[in-house]
Amino acid sequence: MDYGTYRGILTLVILVLFIVIVVWAYSKRTKSRFDDAAKAIFDDEIKHGNTISKEEKESEK
Amino acid sequence: MSQTVASQSEYNYKVVRQFAIMTVIWGIVGMGVGVFIAAQLAWPALNFDIPWLTYSRLRPLHTNAVIFAFGTSALFATSYYVVQRTCQTRLFSDKLASFTFWGWQAIIVAAAITLPLGITSSKEYAELEWPIDIAIAVVWVTYAVVFFGTLIKRKVSHIYVANWFYAGFIITVAVLHIVNSMAVPVSLTKSYSIYAGAVDAMVQWWYGHNAVGFLLTAGFLGMMYYFVPKQAGRPVYSYRLSVVHFWALVSLYLWAGPHHLHYTALPDWTQSLGMVMSIILFVPSWGGMINGIMTLSGAWHKLRTDPVLRFLVVSLSFYGMSTFEGPMMSIKSVNALSHYTDWTVGHVHSGALGWVAMISIGAIYHLIPALFGHSNMYSVKLVNTHFWLHTVGVVLYIVAMWISGVMQGLMWRAVNSDGTLMYSFVQSLEASYPFYVMRFLGGVFIVVGMLVMAYNVFRTVTAKSGSLATDANTQMA
Repeated sequence: MDYGTYRGILTLVILVLFIVIVVWAYSKRTKSRFDDAAKAIFDDEIKHGNTISKEEKESEK
Repeated sequence: MSQTVASQSEYNYKVVRQFAIMTVIWGIVGMGVGVFIAAQLAWPALNFDIPWLTYSRLRPLHTNAVIFAFGTSALFATSYYVVQRTCQTRLFSDKLASFTFWGWQAIIVAAAITLPLGITSSKEYAELEWPIDIAIAVVWVTYAVVFFGTLIKRKVSHIYVANWFYAGFIITVAVLHIVNSMAVPVSLTKSYSIYAGAVDAMVQWWYGHNAVGFLLTAGFLGMMYYFVPKQAGRPVYSYRLSVVHFWALVSLYLWAGPHHLHYTALPDWTQSLGMVMSIILFVPSWGGMINGIMTLSGAWHKLRTDPVLRFLVVSLSFYGMSTFEGPMMSIKSVNALSHYTDWTVGHVHSGALGWVAMISIGAIYHLIPALFGHSNMYSVKLVNTHFWLHTVGVVLYIVAMWISGVMQGLMWRAVNSDGTLMYSFVQSLEASYPFYVMRFLGGVFIVVGMLVMAYNVFRTVTAKSGSLATDANTQMA
């Protein structure tokens, strides 16, 4: 296989890989997991002090 | 305050505090040197005929100080903080973390001594000579051990997206630094690159642009994905987009380097490839920017009362602006006008002062109270003052460089009907003079802002625990 063909195939592989990542990231299966992950940064606030403003804490009550 | 005590034993905040404080100090030093050399460009007599104070020696000192002392200290501080908070575990090793702090400070001091002495490898953004390069590699690998060690011992199953960006930044910077710094030493203070000619140039700008892409972008995006949602008090706009953002950014950035070498001895196809990849980079860049800004949707009113959030969000606007400008400038025909002019300098500073500095400053204002057991900074009003000083300074700076740069490009390419050049170089320099004064003024605004920050940080750090939790204070600004 010459260098050009090798590079062409590699580019194709990376393109397919990228499409797979996009489909995976936006699939229904990952939705709840990613939503939890996005909220996870607030998990340790009870223990370690927080940055949520007072108004919001009250609205959560 | 018992909360703070508990968190201190669980998390290693000491190293975060050290790096956070040094970020402010190195920011003042690095930007101060920047203002001084900006003044030298307007008033050349300011080098006082002393070799150590010439522009050629202080310019690398400025770039090293702002990128590797200010910016990288901010990355160390925030990455150590974020990785602990999001993995809910203490750093992998306190001793190694402490080694990275002292090692990195020693490297900065070594840079501050050797660069004014004229000891340089002459590679842009990689000027430090080989003994310091080896020290950087050692500290950086230790940093990777501490960071990845902490990820491995995490107490939560998912690795939060900010850590992915930090991880990508740490690995890539190690590879870039080691490959680009390969050199043959001829004495303790002099070495020669193992690469030659066009290959050397390509390796240099593969390093140079990815230092921008991974150190000044990926690392700070990690900061963005933690501190913007935290300060806004709501999760990131789209976590799915952040995942795609990460993979798109890391796979595309590595190819953009050749746009620094348009119309040089670099093969033409390499230049075109670099241009195409740079244009495509616009997509993930704006994806990330939109993701950050949209995190505020429904909470826009917070911008009115929270200057820290304002720093973070305006930094994203500058990020969007410079990642639109960058791909445009990488187009060969645009580059023919912009290259070697002040436009490039303006572009770099809209990224560095607008994006990198503002997101770091915002993150530090978020961190300082959290690290020292307060609910807010000593004065929110002064944070607001800093915000306006910085914003006005950046705008003055980049507008001056846009005008000066485009003017230079036009003057350099203008030809008479007989094909001779219409202007001499000195004529274009004279035309730029007022804009060099304007840039100097912009820089003064920025450094004054940093001094205000230092005062505010000092008062916060030295304040008695709990004494800053006044409602009046949080309502101001």
